[in-house]
Amino acid sequence: MFDSLSDGLQSAFKSLSGKGKLTESNMRDGLKIVEESLLESDVSYSVVQEFMGHVTEKALGKRVLLSLRPQEELVKIVHEELIETLGPVDPSLHLNADRPTILMLCGLQGSGKTTTCGKLTQMLREQDIEPLLVAADLQRPAAIEQLKVIGEQLGVPVYTETDHQDPVKVCKNGVDQAKRNGNRVVILDTAGRLAIDEELMDQLKKIDRKVGPDQVYLVVDGMTGQDAVNSAGAFNKALELDGVIMTKLDGDARGGALMSVKQVTGVPIKFIGTGEHFDALEPFRPEGMASRILQMGDMVAAAREA
Amino acid sequence: QKTRRVLGTDIRDLFKSAGRLVDDEFLDELFARLIRTDMGTKPANLIRDEVAKKYRGRVVELEEVIQTITEEIRSQLRQDDGDLAKAKSGPTVILVVGVNGSGKTTSIGKLSHYLRAARYSLVLGAGDTFRAAAVEQLTIWSERIGCEIVKGNKGVDPASIAYQTVEKALEIKADYAIIDTAGRLQTQKNLMQELQKIRRVIEKKIPGAPHEVLLVLDATAGQNAISQAKGFSEAAGCTGIVLAKLDGSAKGGVVLPIRDQFQLPVKFVGLGEGMQDMAAFDPDSFADALLKG
Ligand SMILES: Nc1nc2c(ncn2[C@@H]2O[C@H](COP(=O)(O)OP(=O)(O)OP(=O)(O)O)[C@@H](O)[C@H]2O)c(=O)[nH]1
Ligand SMILES: Nc1nc2c(ncn2[C@@H]2O[C@H](COP(=O)(O)OP(=O)(O)OP(=O)(O)O)[C@@H](O)[C@H]2O)c(=O)[nH]1
Ligand SMILES: [Mg+2]
Ligand SMILES: [Mg+2]
Repeated sequence: MFDSLSDGLQSAFKSLSGKGKLTESNMRDGLKIVEESLLESDVSYSVVQEFMGHVTEKALGKRVLLSLRPQEELVKIVHEELIETLGPVDPSLHLNADRPTILMLCGLQGSGKTTTCGKLTQMLREQDIEPLLVAADLQRPAAIEQLKVIGEQLGVPVYTETDHQDPVKVCKNGVDQAKRNGNRVVILDTAGRLAIDEELMDQLKKIDRKVGPDQVYLVVDGMTGQDAVNSAGAFNKALELDGVIMTKLDGDARGGALMSVKQVTGVPIKFIGTGEHFDALEPFRPEGMASRILQMGDMVAAAREA
Repeated sequence: QKTRRVLGTDIRDLFKSAGRLVDDEFLDELFARLIRTDMGTKPANLIRDEVAKKYRGRVVELEEVIQTITEEIRSQLRQDDGDLAKAKSGPTVILVVGVNGSGKTTSIGKLSHYLRAARYSLVLGAGDTFRAAAVEQLTIWSERIGCEIVKGNKGVDPASIAYQTVEKALEIKADYAIIDTAGRLQTQKNLMQELQKIRRVIEKKIPGAPHEVLLVLDATAGQNAISQAKGFSEAAGCTGIVLAKLDGSAKGGVVLPIRDQFQLPVKFVGLGEGMQDMAAFDPDSFADALLKG
């Protein structure tokens, strides 16, 4: 259709001269284009609808700033609303002062959990904290080995049990080990699972109940599509998540699924993964993500400067 | 709220048994269902327009409209190139590529199982020399299946593993050689060039090989899968798609625009993590499942 959102909006508003108010009728085409753009960036349909409702409400009757063209005014409103939806930020791991902090990573298969264990470890190492990694994925071939290698590369201990078939016990024993060894942080690497797999979701709930992690993070693939509302909703329902980490944002994925995840869970987005190496973990910044989802960096910058 | 409700219901509920007037509201609800499959706005708009053209202002029967949409999708997916390639003589070489974590290594395990069950001999190549324990992962699969595997130390040039794998296949007269590669994003120029190098090395050893370059897509992926299909096709000359993780609640509808734009057939679907959880792609049942709640 259009190469970019800005081109589309430009043409949608071309009948409208410089100044005036945003009205339902003069915004109609522009809103339609914003809506399609969000869907193309993989924000889930229901989330887009709700979002567009808010934007329309905010925009109606708004006087267009003298220095802005109407499409820029609309983009500005959309961008600000996106930032608001994606925030607020909270990159803290909320470490306990008096006892080990247990972090648990969970998510769909292949989303990046094990790699993110390594990245969090690297981050903690920079603060002189040595975490204990617990290999609680007893499912995927060589998952334990993968975490062991990561532990070796980063020089931190990894708790493994090769003869156990019960991840709940492995997690419990791992936490006990951390207490004995005086590790301030324990990171549980759980097996990937489908949100509709009741048996495996029950297993996660059991770990949650019996081990009581302080922080439970959902690791979401940045390339996820419409299903994000369902899967994130199910993980949040089972576990009461404390945060979200979105991975694989080093490519050209627009990452709109993050909007869906945020909307359905309401928990803060903690970090984003931007590569396979351990240093490729960044604190989440809503502004950058909003521009990325809308894929309109230049236009937003122009509108914000005005 | 309304859309929420619609999203959770079967498309059939949109069409009450007494029939329903096809108006804007109806078309919006239909559009929501189509978008949910990850087919993207362009195909969804096309289908919506088609339904509008045919039925707007009419009261329609459920089966009639479902039939139209499903038929539309089936015809978009119809393919006569869905079979796995087989070399006229000598080993058939299959190269497996895709983004990080999409399901490449597991799909190789499943495909190998499928080929072994058909009594073919095969050799695997552990071409992911980058990710932690990637070689161990493929080794476990080779042990499960009972087939040869060629592997090297971590960090060795994957092209040399590919070369040795093809060499081994020639030596033991294997029917198939399947080469795993490290996950990479299509935007990473140097890593995409590495795939070209792997291709060249294979081609040198057996002219016309690789006979099959399978792109493994994650069924939960959204519109970025289109960029994946483009990038990997350009760099590695993909011949088909494995749609992994179709056992979840995601629909994998993005293969519709991919089929449309790159003529890439879906050859297999992944339906779980076990050895047998793979099936040949069937456009009809895929299209039917696409529009089910
Ligand atoms: N490009 C990129 N790749 C990543 C990122 N995070 C993880 N990966 C890669 O994604 C793939 C899957 O990562 P894992 O950490 O094994 O994922 P997982 O969630 O533990 O997978 P399962 O345990 O099988 O469910 C690997 O190839 C990682 O190197 C990221 O931020 N960017
Ligand atoms: N439910 C389900 N899980 C799958 C399927 N295929 C693969 N997986 C899981 O997805 C995760 C990633 O699979 P891999 O085969 O390691 O993916 P990969 O593309 O080789 O990953 P990298 O080599 O790290 O890029 C593993 O946990 C697999 O068990 C499938 O069809 N269904
Ligand atoms: Mg893992
Ligand atoms: Mg792999």
